[in-house]
Amino acid sequence: MNLQLDFSFYSGDLIRNFVLKGLSFSLMLTIVATIGGVLFGTLLALMRLSGRKWLDLPAAIYVNGMRSIPLVMVILWFFLLVPAVIGRPIGAELSAVITFVAFEAAYFSEIMRAGIQSIPRGQVFAGQALGMTYGQNMRLVVLPQALRNMLPVLLTQTIILFQDTSLVYAIGAYDMLKGFEVAGKNYGRPIEAYLAAAVVYFILCYALSWAVKRLHQRIAVIR
Amino acid sequence: MSWDWQVFCEDTMERTPVAGCLGKDGAVTYLDWLLSAWGWTLSVALLALLLALALGLAIGTLRTLPDRPWIVRLGNAWVELFRNIPLLVQIFLWYHVVPALFPALKAVPGFVLVVLALGFFTSARIAEQVRSGIQALPRGQRHAGMALGFSTAQTYRYVLLPMALRIIIPPLTSETMNIFKNSSVAFAVSVAELTMFAMQAQEETSRGIEVYLAVTGLYIVSAFAINRLMAFIERRTRVPGFIAAGPAGGH
Repeated sequence: MNLQLDFSFYSGDLIRNFVLKGLSFSLMLTIVATIGGVLFGTLLALMRLSGRKWLDLPAAIYVNGMRSIPLVMVILWFFLLVPAVIGRPIGAELSAVITFVAFEAAYFSEIMRAGIQSIPRGQVFAGQALGMTYGQNMRLVVLPQALRNMLPVLLTQTIILFQDTSLVYAIGAYDMLKGFEVAGKNYGRPIEAYLAAAVVYFILCYALSWAVKRLHQRIAVIR
Repeated sequence: MSWDWQVFCEDTMERTPVAGCLGKDGAVTYLDWLLSAWGWTLSVALLALLLALALGLAIGTLRTLPDRPWIVRLGNAWVELFRNIPLLVQIFLWYHVVPALFPALKAVPGFVLVVLALGFFTSARIAEQVRSGIQALPRGQRHAGMALGFSTAQTYRYVLLPMALRIIIPPLTSETMNIFKNSSVAFAVSVAELTMFAMQAQEETSRGIEVYLAVTGLYIVSAFAINRLMAFIERRTRVPGFIAAGPAGGH
């Protein structure tokens, strides 16, 4: 151990210009991918549970395909394919948002599928007995309960998603890690920058997982 | 747009097709490079898996020791530390920060540092599975060991671990598949594995789709092979009548 660490270059301006700029993209990406992923994921889960092969099969291929490819490769694929499909180049940030929504939908769909399957059949029958359509039954009876059952798992997946946003490094999008890295390079202090990045990620993720644990205990007590 | 798989037969230097696709006498085609990249991916993943299994098993077991609150706390801290920092950041820590702190590690190649990073990262997840596997066993198992006059070590060796390790094979299977997928993050410190190959070959040849398809295919083949291997191990080690076999039935 013969290293002089010097964190004095972290000024308010630096944090605003580099770290917070990156963090705001990381958070935006996490939130958009969670909301979009849960929406598309629920749709995929309903397709897989529909009992109709022409709906089930494409959803199963999509979900299992996404889940067997590394996220970095998916990020690279979308960065290559999306501009080719829409015919004009798009920025790394927009490409990252599209990728994460599409990728996380596969993982959220498995969570939602388990959540929907955890609802007793009697609930569905009760809805049907009340004359509800399939849509009403899902929206008013099944999905609210499934979402509630799965809330801790969904939030844990969101924490993993937040960690995974650092992988947009592969296409050079400006997330929090990139912010720390650029700041470290500009001030010639890369080691302190990586250490600070690790500490910030740790504090954020640890606090979030602690909160999820508390929420889990609360929900468990009510039931 | 048309396919051009011929690109894999090209020499990486001359960019001219080579007969038979595999380079001879020091020449390297993209196919050679792809295969060697697959080898790097497999090496990183398998070595990291060995490290993660050894560490995860030890730490997961320590976290269940009775009447050792400090060891349990230390084990919990280990898991929280490696679980709450993104893998890419951990790889940067191993690659940039650790050698600066310990100059003796400066000569260590990036490949080894990535194996350490991925192994430690995964060890936390495996430790968590080992802990929950041991705690899933009925308390009577531990008491039975004590009643037979076993020491704590013997209770773990002969009673608890043999059952717990069988219980955790399914989550361990997905963790093993994860380690193959996570090895792709090694691209960030220029280990010549599949994702690194994909990025560089895409840039050099502009045949991104063919290159990515080949790489994606190899990842899927690797994941499928691991899946089958673990299913085989699960079948061979099953204790008849003890653990529910096969996939859980639907509704």
